[in-house]
Amino acid sequence: MIDLDKWQEIFSSLSRHKLRTILTALSVWWGIFMLVILLGFGKGLQNSATRNFSNDAENVLYIWADQTSVPYKGLPAGRFIGYTSPDLEAIKGLEGTKRTSARFNMSGNYFIAYKNKSLAYRVQCVPPEHYYIENPILTSGRFLNQTDMDLRRKVVVMGEAVREELFKEDEDPLGEYLEIKGIKFQIVGVFTEGKKRETERVYLPLSTAQRIDGTEDVHTMIVDMGKANYEEAMVIEESVRQELSTRLKIAPNDRQAIGIHNDAENFKEISLVMTFLNIFIWFVGIGSIIAGVIGVSNIMLIIVKERTKEIGVRKALGATPNSIISMIVQESVFLTSIAGYLGLACGMGVIFAIQKVMEINEAELEFFHNPEVDIKLVLVALLILIISGAVAGLIPAIQAARINPVTAMKS
Amino acid sequence: MISLQNIRKSYHTDYNSLEVLKGIDLTINQGEFVSIMGSSGSGKSTLLNILGLLDEFDSGEYLLNDAAMDNLSQKQAAMYRNQLLGFVFQSFNLLNFKTAMENVALPLYYQKVDRKKRQALALDYLDRVGLKEWAHHLPTQLSGGQQQRVAIARSLITSPKVILADEPTGALDSKTSHDVMEIFKEVNREGITMIIVTHEEDIAKMTNRIIYLKDGLIEKEETGTISQT
Ligand SMILES: Nc1ncnc2c1ncn2[C@@H]1O[C@H](COP(=O)(O)OP(=O)(O)OP(=O)(O)O)[C@@H](O)[C@H]1O
Ligand SMILES: [Mg+2]
Repeated sequence: MIDLDKWQEIFSSLSRHKLRTILTALSVWWGIFMLVILLGFGKGLQNSATRNFSNDAENVLYIWADQTSVPYKGLPAGRFIGYTSPDLEAIKGLEGTKRTSARFNMSGNYFIAYKNKSLAYRVQCVPPEHYYIENPILTSGRFLNQTDMDLRRKVVVMGEAVREELFKEDEDPLGEYLEIKGIKFQIVGVFTEGKKRETERVYLPLSTAQRIDGTEDVHTMIVDMGKANYEEAMVIEESVRQELSTRLKIAPNDRQAIGIHNDAENFKEISLVMTFLNIFIWFVGIGSIIAGVIGVSNIMLIIVKERTKEIGVRKALGATPNSIISMIVQESVFLTSIAGYLGLACGMGVIFAIQKVMEINEAELEFFHNPEVDIKLVLVALLILIISGAVAGLIPAIQAARINPVTAMKS
Repeated sequence: MISLQNIRKSYHTDYNSLEVLKGIDLTINQGEFVSIMGSSGSGKSTLLNILGLLDEFDSGEYLLNDAAMDNLSQKQAAMYRNQLLGFVFQSFNLLNFKTAMENVALPLYYQKVDRKKRQALALDYLDRVGLKEWAHHLPTQLSGGQQQRVAIARSLITSPKVILADEPTGALDSKTSHDVMEIFKEVNREGITMIIVTHEEDIAKMTNRIIYLKDGLIEKEETGTISQT
């Protein structure tokens, strides 16, 4: 009963002083609101960066074949080189390569056909290890496996986009056959990816495709370097170059024949950007909290000053110093909590709305993905604001509660 | 009820110190209606504030209701003020954001009386000073005389033993002043000790004992028009 009374007293005091209540509330609300929005957007940027770059294996070498630019061991410059499966095996044995994969493109023009429909989507012929390079999400069935590879099975794993084009929503494609180059491949899996564009393809076992074309060639070789750092990645790239140069009789100083794209270079840039982004977010976030703290402290100081006379009157009527202090502190805590909570709710609302709008429009922005907010962080910020509001109220409240009522009433 | 012995009080500022009360001896019995007069700066307000435990004295002895009032903690002083004393000020000192009724009820809040009971009692006391219809008005919507009556109701609500009033009619015209004094007399007839500070001779005359202060000492005493019952 007594406690309820105290709340009624607090509530009436706040509601009768609308302007100062609104001002205090606004500064807390704004601080928390901005923090939430900021963290949300920061997270959105970060998520898009991680989605674009680290959903796939992070440290990868892509190796393609080109023309020699230096004559070597009696062989002329301008010779076209090409890789074969034994080259891939050789690279697999090198130090620092966690896994290897390869791509082979079958010759000629062909379509992906099912019943009377046909599509011109890409047909990628890869070994089972390719799973770890692209990290597709299997919505049904499985990816290619070693047995498919060993037995050169005629099986296919198709992308979600392909399924949508060729099958009805309620149809189960597993076990059905796609026809490619006049050969029927049994569907063993369906996969999806973060970006829809990347599901406009099917995967065939590398060995099966090679047999169809009657060749041992591979067109692109891929090396997963695991957790190698930038320097290590450079060393691995160099050893791959050496190995291939020896095997294919290429001059060691020929930088053109063996084309290599090293992800580590990208990755270095990205992690630098992420670090800056993080620093920026923290900087602005802490700034907005400090601004909030200063705002609340200032207003509490003014409020207590403004209320000195009231405090004197209350004391004359029998208020103890403690009851005065607790009144002011509780008002401050109550106000900052409510305002902070509203700021949190509004901020989350905005973030949520953005998420929804993006979902509905299937908007896929390169630089912005799935904004989310670390609630724990925001709660800590809110706590800091509440405590600083309490402390900011506490110090002048203690002073005001101490001066004698006559002096207080004169002010 | 009240007994002062050799009460001294001085104020210290940055440059000098000023002795305002230079040894006050005074006894006031329960049910008396006392007025304190004296020229400006003679120490009337200071004395009343000390009596009201709103200010501390430097030396001497003060007995209120047979209890010694020296070295009180703020909390003890607050308790005595709340339970034994009622105050009426020249400038009313009502809280502007509270209605008349809430102002009157405020002392009971610090006695932890429950809200409904508090408000019912506040209405009773407002009725006594003839302001029941104004219960839900804010002080700014009331005239000076009405505000002072609200303040009186507030001082009465805790049924104090002593009411202290510092120039309660100082801001009022003579008609309203007399109305206020009528209320005081009535309160006094119920046995509550009244002590008022005033500048006005005719107001002082309405009490039963007039104390003249001069330069921090009691100069003389006179008997007023109303006799003690
Ligand atoms: N807080 C204070 N600090 C310093 N000096 C003070 C303080 N309060 C009062 N005084 C001084 O003490 C003296 C007595 O003041 P007090 O208010 O008691 O006079 P008073 O008799 O009530 O005068 P008035 O009739 O003008 O109200 C005055 O000279 C005043 O300046
Ligand atoms: Mg005075």
